[in-house]
Amino acid sequence: MPNREKFTSFTVSLAGVETAVCNAISQTAAQLAILGLSEDEMITIQLVLAEALNNIIEHALPYVGKPTGIRIKADYNACGLDLVITDEGAPMRNHALPNPPAPDINVDIAMMPEGGFGWFMIRSLVQDVSYRRKDGLNHLTLRLAVGG
Amino acid sequence: MELVTSTQSDIQIVAVHGPRIDAAVALMFKDGMRNITEGRNGTVLLDLNQVDFIDSSGLGAIVAAMKDLSPDRRLVLAGLRPAVDKVFRLTRMDTVFGVFSTVEAALTDLR
Repeated sequence: MPNREKFTSFTVSLAGVETAVCNAISQTAAQLAILGLSEDEMITIQLVLAEALNNIIEHALPYVGKPTGIRIKADYNACGLDLVITDEGAPMRNHALPNPPAPDINVDIAMMPEGGFGWFMIRSLVQDVSYRRKDGLNHLTLRLAVGG
Repeated sequence: MELVTSTQSDIQIVAVHGPRIDAAVALMFKDGMRNITEGRNGTVLLDLNQVDFIDSSGLGAIVAAMKDLSPDRRLVLAGLRPAVDKVFRLTRMDTVFGVFSTVEAALTDLR
């Protein structure tokens, strides 16, 4: 059973660069260890974080024009684990989250997709995802039904 | 990350020595695969047993390596750990590649 009583919400900050992602995920995973989640749940959390952070670094932050950071806030409640990721990059197009279908893999090898899996993976792995632009910041909330 | 190659029964085995194939090293992996497989023949067996984690960029890099090798050479995978296996199953890429539990199982089947 998850050890909710001992859990307190925490924040992990990272520089907005690809090379900082691995360490930020490890730090987050280490702090979540107290919840006693299953290996598969921990994998899900790490995959969702990796994809969300990569998207921000690749698509939102290049428009800032200066080095900038990302913040991950983790909170565990009766609904599961909420990961709120905040950045000061460009807003989502139309202020809405992408919802692409899985890339088509029933194609010749030469046409096999090498990308476009990120948002499909996030949406497949989370219970809920929401987005809000406020005070010049992007707030992405990922809810994971873990430790149930 | 380091790629280490060996040959058994005309199959080129490439072992990935490193815990992750992610966005930070995807390009390095792609270039490394191209260099290490260049000018050789036969099936390439990618040993992922030491890789704990890949993200969609890492998956894309493995797909790119497969496309680079085709049509003359086939890329098959062995030793997928749980997180790697999860990404392949989620994207159904496990149906595109030949996937074997271990290098030994792959060699037995491919021989």
